[in-house]
Amino acid sequence: MQKGFHDLDQVTIARFATNGKNGNGDICMQTDGENGEIVPHSGATISPRPEKKHRLPTRLWHWTNALAIIIMFMSGLNIFNAHPRLYWGSYGSYPDSPWLHLDRFPAWMTIPGYYSLADARLWHFFFAWVLSLSLLAFLVISLFNRHLQRDVHITRREWRWSTIWTDIKEHARLNFDHGSGKYNVLQKLTYALVLFVLIPLMILTGITMSPAMDANWGFLLDIFGGRQSARSIHFIVTALLFGFFIVHILLVLLAGPIGQMRDMITGGSTKTRQDDVPDKART
Amino acid sequence: MANCITRRGLLTSSALLAGGLLAGCDRLNRNETFRGILGSAEQANRILHRSLGGRRGALAREYDEADISPEFYSNGTRDPDTPEYNASRAQGFADWTLELTGLFDKPQAIKLGDLRTLPARTQITRHDCVEGWSAIGKWTGVPLKTLLDLAGLRKNANYIVFHCADRLSGTRYYESIDLIDAYHPQTIVAHMLNGERVPIKNGAPLRIRIERQLGYKSAKYVQRIEAVESLERVYGGHGGYWEDVGNYAWYAGI
Repeated sequence: MQKGFHDLDQVTIARFATNGKNGNGDICMQTDGENGEIVPHSGATISPRPEKKHRLPTRLWHWTNALAIIIMFMSGLNIFNAHPRLYWGSYGSYPDSPWLHLDRFPAWMTIPGYYSLADARLWHFFFAWVLSLSLLAFLVISLFNRHLQRDVHITRREWRWSTIWTDIKEHARLNFDHGSGKYNVLQKLTYALVLFVLIPLMILTGITMSPAMDANWGFLLDIFGGRQSARSIHFIVTALLFGFFIVHILLVLLAGPIGQMRDMITGGSTKTRQDDVPDKART
Repeated sequence: MANCITRRGLLTSSALLAGGLLAGCDRLNRNETFRGILGSAEQANRILHRSLGGRRGALAREYDEADISPEFYSNGTRDPDTPEYNASRAQGFADWTLELTGLFDKPQAIKLGDLRTLPARTQITRHDCVEGWSAIGKWTGVPLKTLLDLAGLRKNANYIVFHCADRLSGTRYYESIDLIDAYHPQTIVAHMLNGERVPIKNGAPLRIRIERQLGYKSAKYVQRIEAVESLERVYGGHGGYWEDVGNYAWYAGI
C-alpha cells in the first residue's frame, strides 16, 4: 500500500472523493479551508490508501532544502570571511565604518574546510540554484496539492492571541499537541515565516549583490537600500535561519528524533499521529 | 533509558555526519568532475543575466555626486613598481601608449595624450569587489566601442583581452570580456577618477571599467587591448589572471 504512494494525484483524488473519511473507521476531524470550521466526519468502510503524515513533494523538498541550506550556510561563511565587515547603504569598504566587524569564522564551520573565496563561491552559487528552484517547485506543488492551504494557512480562529498564547504555554511544557490540523499555530507561523519571508529574503538579497542583476533589476537596490544593505540583511537573515535550524533540531530531539526522522523519510502515516497525540490542550 | 541511548547515539552520529560532511566536501572540492558540475552555475548565471538584460544590455545604476565614496579603496596591485612603469610614471605617463592588436583591420598605438582628446563618457558607478565591499566613483573615459570601431574589429573576433603593466606573484595581470560587454555603452577605458587623473592605486593611467561585473574584471594599468577568437591560447587559457591562478569565475556578474 505504501509502495504505491508515488502516485500522488490518485491519493488526492481518492481523499477528496471520500470526503475526508479515512480507512480506520475513526472519527476524522478535518479543517475546512474555506471558513476554518471543524467538520467532523463519521467513519466509512471505503478504504483509500491512508494519507501520509508528510507527502512525497514535502519530503523531497525538505531534504533538498536542508542540504542546500547547510551548504549555503557553510560556504557563505567562507565568502563572508573575505570581508568580515558589514555596512549600510550603497557602498562600504575598508576606509568606511562598518556597523559590524567580526573575526573570521573558523575553518571547521566553512565549505571548503579552509579559506578559499573562489571555491566557496562555486559551491554557493550552484546550491543557490538548487535552493531557489526547489523552493519554487515546492511552493507550486504545495498550492496544487493544497498543502499550503490546508496545513500552513493560518485560519482566522488561530490568529487569536489566546490561541497563540495557549500554544506557547504548551510548547513551554514540552507538549507539542497539533490540535485538529497537521501543524499547531506556532508551527504554522514559523513555517510561513521561513517559506514566505526568510528564504525569499535570502534569495532576493543574494541577487541584489550581483552587479549584473542590479543592472537588470534596479528596483532591488531600492527595496533593500543599496548593495551593502542587502549584504547586511543577507547576513542577518542567515542568523535568523540558523536560529530556526537550532530550534527545529531541538524540537525534533524533544519530540522523538527516531520517529520524526523516519516520518520525514518514509512519510509516516496520520494514523500513528492521531493515536499518539493527546488532546488535552484544546479543551 | 532506551531513549537516552538513542539520543546519545543520534548526537554521536550527527557529529560523525558533520565531520564526514566536511571531509567529504573537501574531497569533492578537489574532484574535477564535481567542480565542473558546480561550475555549471556560472554559465546558468551568465545566460540568465544576459537574457534578462535584453539584447543590448541593461545599464548599471549611475549614482549622484553625493553618493561617491570618500575614498576609493584599492585591491590587488596598488603600485606596479616595475622599472618601465616607474620610468613612465616619472614623466606623468606622457609616453604611455595604448596598443590595439590582434584581430583588427587597422591595429592602433594611441598615445595617452591623444586618447584624452577623444569623446569621453562620465559615469558615477559602483565598484563591487569579489570580496564583498563596494566603492562608488566617478569615472571618465573613452567608450571601448569607439576604439574597436577605430581599429576595425574583425568579424572572427570573439573576445577582447586587456594586457596590464602590473604583475602579481611574478605573473602579468590580464583580463578578458566577450563582445556583449565590449560594446556595452558603460564599458570605457577610464583616464579620470572623480574628476582627476586616475591615481596609481586605482590603475593609472588607464583602467578599463566593466560595470556589470565584479572588480577583478576591471583591469588596471592597461597597456594593450587584444582582439582574439578564443581565450584558450592566452596566458593560462582561462581568460584572466585570477581565473588562471585562483579558479575564479570568468563570468563575474555575481
